Amino acid sequence: MSGEKDLDQLKKEAVAKAKAEAIAKRQAKAAGEGAPKQEDKPAEQALSQDTHPVEPAQTAGTPAEDGADLAKKKAAAAAKAKAAALAKKKREGIEEEEAPAPVETTPASAQPSEDGDDLAKKKAAAVAKAKAAAAAKRKAMELAGESTPAEETPAAQTSDEADDLAKKKAAAVAKAKAAAAAKRKAMELAGESTPAEETPAVDASDDGDDLAKKKAAAVAKAKAAAAAKAKAAATAKAKAAGTGDADTAAGGDDEKAKAKAAAVAKAKAAAAAKAKAAGAAKGGDVSPADTAEKPSANQPFLDKYRKVIEENLGADVLEDSYINKLSKDVPTLVAKKDTYFKVAQFLKYNELLGFDYLSELHGTDFVTHMEVYVHLFSYKNRQSVALKVKIDRDEPTIESLQPIWAGANWPECEAYDLLGIKFTGHPNLHRIMLGEDWVGHPLRKDYEPYDVEV
Amino acid sequence: MIRTEEMLLNVGPQHPSTHGVFRLVVKIDGEIITEATPVIGYLHRGTEKLAEDLQYTQIIPYTDRMDYLSAMTNNYVICHAVETMMGIQIPERADFLRVMAMELGRIASHLVAWGTYILDLGATSPFIYAFRDREMIINMLNELSGARLTFNYMRVGGVKWDAPEGWVDGVREFVPYLREQLKGYHNLVSGNEIFLDRVKGVGVYSKEEAINYSLSGPNLRSTGVKWDLRKDEPYSIYDRFDFNVITREEGDCLARYHVRLEEIEESLKILEQACEQFPAEGEIMAKVPKIIKAPKGEAFVRIESPRGEIGCYISSDGKKEPYRLKFRRPSFYNLQILPKLLVGENIANLIAILGAVDIVLGEVDG
Amino acid sequence: MIEELLQSSPGLMNFGIFFLLAVVLLLVVLGFVTYAILAERKVLGYMQARHGPNQLGGKWGLLQTVADVLKLLIKEDVIPKAADRPLFIIAPIIAFTPAFMVLATIPFTDKFQFADIGVGLLYYIAVSGMTIFGMVLGGWASNNKYALLGGMRAGAQMISYEIPLVMSVLGVILLTGSLNLTDIVVQQEHGWFILYQPIAFIVFFIASIAELNRTPFDLPESENELVAGYFVEYSGFRWAFFMLTEYVYMFAMSSLITVIFLGGWLPPLDILGFIPGAVWFALKFCVVVFVYMWLRATLPRFRIDRLMEFAWKVLFPVALANIFLTALIKTLFF
Repeated sequence: MSGEKDLDQLKKEAVAKAKAEAIAKRQAKAAGEGAPKQEDKPAEQALSQDTHPVEPAQTAGTPAEDGADLAKKKAAAAAKAKAAALAKKKREGIEEEEAPAPVETTPASAQPSEDGDDLAKKKAAAVAKAKAAAAAKRKAMELAGESTPAEETPAAQTSDEADDLAKKKAAAVAKAKAAAAAKRKAMELAGESTPAEETPAVDASDDGDDLAKKKAAAVAKAKAAAAAKAKAAATAKAKAAGTGDADTAAGGDDEKAKAKAAAVAKAKAAAAAKAKAAGAAKGGDVSPADTAEKPSANQPFLDKYRKVIEENLGADVLEDSYINKLSKDVPTLVAKKDTYFKVAQFLKYNELLGFDYLSELHGTDFVTHMEVYVHLFSYKNRQSVALKVKIDRDEPTIESLQPIWAGANWPECEAYDLLGIKFTGHPNLHRIMLGEDWVGHPLRKDYEPYDVEV
Repeated sequence: MIRTEEMLLNVGPQHPSTHGVFRLVVKIDGEIITEATPVIGYLHRGTEKLAEDLQYTQIIPYTDRMDYLSAMTNNYVICHAVETMMGIQIPERADFLRVMAMELGRIASHLVAWGTYILDLGATSPFIYAFRDREMIINMLNELSGARLTFNYMRVGGVKWDAPEGWVDGVREFVPYLREQLKGYHNLVSGNEIFLDRVKGVGVYSKEEAINYSLSGPNLRSTGVKWDLRKDEPYSIYDRFDFNVITREEGDCLARYHVRLEEIEESLKILEQACEQFPAEGEIMAKVPKIIKAPKGEAFVRIESPRGEIGCYISSDGKKEPYRLKFRRPSFYNLQILPKLLVGENIANLIAILGAVDIVLGEVDG
Repeated sequence: MIEELLQSSPGLMNFGIFFLLAVVLLLVVLGFVTYAILAERKVLGYMQARHGPNQLGGKWGLLQTVADVLKLLIKEDVIPKAADRPLFIIAPIIAFTPAFMVLATIPFTDKFQFADIGVGLLYYIAVSGMTIFGMVLGGWASNNKYALLGGMRAGAQMISYEIPLVMSVLGVILLTGSLNLTDIVVQQEHGWFILYQPIAFIVFFIASIAELNRTPFDLPESENELVAGYFVEYSGFRWAFFMLTEYVYMFAMSSLITVIFLGGWLPPLDILGFIPGAVWFALKFCVVVFVYMWLRATLPRFRIDRLMEFAWKVLFPVALANIFLTALIKTLFF
């Protein structure tokens, strides 16, 4: 839990930082620079991101490029390097939210509305501060000068992209807004004194751009004519700004896309794009005040499991619990070694939980420790949970789940055979695959083949 | 004084009806089984160990060799796992090709299950009819992938080859053909008194037992559990198709037989709809990096293979090879209930029960 | 003609004639077996959407079985170390000999019969029962568990099914009042017994399949359960002997059904009498053989307990009822 929070925090910081840089570059571009060096920089930027101390390392270079390609296809006329930069930015936002995007609807609708509010606010601010742009630009230039060369160029690309976007929307206001946003953020960053409520707003505004962009892309994919596309995007944007309800705007957009491309599939693609954009918005939007609201649809289930377990077995039976976003958001519980059996038993026999089906059991050698991974499913509640336990690698012993789920019989034998994990209480623990005369446990990382030739 | 003695009989690993190198050590009293101990591992090739030194794309051919009767679903499960971790969106056309390939594979697999099951029960003709129809599917998949059994067709991000000219039409024509054949199959076997005698009320287990023993697929649905991952946890584009989840209440071998045959019909429905909705053009590969690296972390996905739910667990440390790869192999789990079912049955029922579980030894042994 | 020979005094000349005739019959039967196997493979093939043998001996594969037999002859003769050697060797012969012995009493036409003995039907059933010894012995001598199970199954099955087999023909015997097969055929001049004794025919036919160990009653050798049953350890020509037994019995049983129920060599209608009796016999015989093959292509196998139940709880009472009914009708109306 706390670990996740940290991650979010780190990610948020990373995003904020990247955005600030991007804005600085935008300014730089406005000053007429940055364009020539665009082509060769994405990789470098990716690298710089890679080395960033964000723990989950999800900002790795390759996915970003991949995402870039996707974006390329979607944005009808965007220049390649620019798109890469944009997608990169988007990616940072999306990365952690990627998994939930297809599943959930609630967060997606909740977030954009906030977003829209911010956007409206933002626009008003933009108009008001349009004149102050020049001064801000100068400041941003200074900032750009301070930042490292590697980071400089991609950000410029972003600004370029923003320009392009704005052009497409054919709205001078947007441009002014972008400039204002850039300026404001730059100021904040430069001053290092961020007003508590302002950061999210700025983030949101950028993401709002992304959102609109994404929507425009989706519509474009739905075979809208170039003019119609621009119009649609503009309308969507206007609606978002005007009503302050991105959700309805999204709906309208969806409708439009549907009307333009009759195919259900296309509509779906648009919806997916929208969801992604929403995810992006969310990703950028997280502020300390918002962390209470978790993105995953499965979070309530995890909370429920935790609550029930802690109420009945005590607060300290679980070592950790989190949503595994890589694995279709499965709620994951990490039991302590001595409470593993108790938790498993509880998971099956508690009426609220009722995990009656053992879908998978296996062990993994993580060199520092062994881990047993159990995937459980409840046919009653149609819900999955993953139960893990870390055990000592040198003396890998753990209670057998066979008395609880008969289906754990052979998988435990397999884990014993291949990893040497001893399951106490197992009725017939034997080397099921290799035979009793095999030397060593092959899936252990320190396994040496007995007969090297074979 | 008459003295009776228990006899230890090795059924397999070389036996016509164990569907591979499966061995059952049974204690028999006359022909009645008093104890049965399955022995597996004769076909263990250490796929999971090998995979630790292979890149993700290189693992795919190994999955073909697990459940070699429906290699397409195996292809899919590993690709799906990696795609889930990396968050890759699959192009629509690729999704359609995947689903059609998987459903064709499912039909082929169920046909083999049907044919060999009747062969186990002593009738030879249905087996050959089933293989004749399966051959048509194999030919179609051959056109698609260039291989007849171990397709190696799917890739992370899409599929390797686009459908050749007229392939979809071939599938479209195949659907009504097989429907007609299925009627014949029912006429030939389903109502046969001898057949019913052999399978009705044989190898019965309850819903609770099936769940407790981690059974899945037709083995589970034959007890009345309405659960099909294609429907209940839709992956790929299965949510676009209208099909039913076949269940039976009896939980005996006959129920499993019927579930399989009717699942063929449901798969035909999916194929029919897929042929209608098949996009005229489009990409077959998403843009994926040259070297696929799953992000750090772990993922477990499960999908519906003809034999039950096949799962893939990947633990990645961000490198191009998985740190740990594990397949949840349905046949392996489905076999566990066997010792329980066999006690008190005779040798003929042993064959009937084992055949109805529908195992593939490549999958059992991993 | 053979009748006279049987009653002639023993001598070298007569022995020579007998020997020659026996060899001729053996060759005829072997020829039949060769082509019965081929026919079975072709029939099964066409029923199963394939062609069957079509390479050796023209497009009908006419020499395929000949080649198979040659292959079996030159195969290594394997006798398992743990087998009971003398019994293992003698078992195929015990199984095989009665199969030929029963052929002696079958009247193929009104002229062509080897031994027209008064109790021909009884002789057939009694002698054919001896084959069981060969099977049980072969199963036991192999010292193989599958073979033992197969042998036991063979014993249980064939003894059980012999009873409905005999019981069902009792109806025919009641009608004819004779156990002589020629008499039985002659009595059918005005209608085949399949019309007068339909129940008996059905019971007899089912029991005969069981006697022949053919699908759906091929439990003793059921390859999907017992691998190959009682002859799992046999190879080469010893194995061929068991196969030969099976097909000779098919020949004999088809002949017997033709004789008892289908009017033997008699034409179905009197106006068709210009066609020789041998042709009629061959035609009817072929139909019966075809039905055996047809059943084999269609049906799955019985389970052993069901098989026994079927014999004792269904066929036996039905056969008894048939006897009672026949006796009743005969006393009341004739």
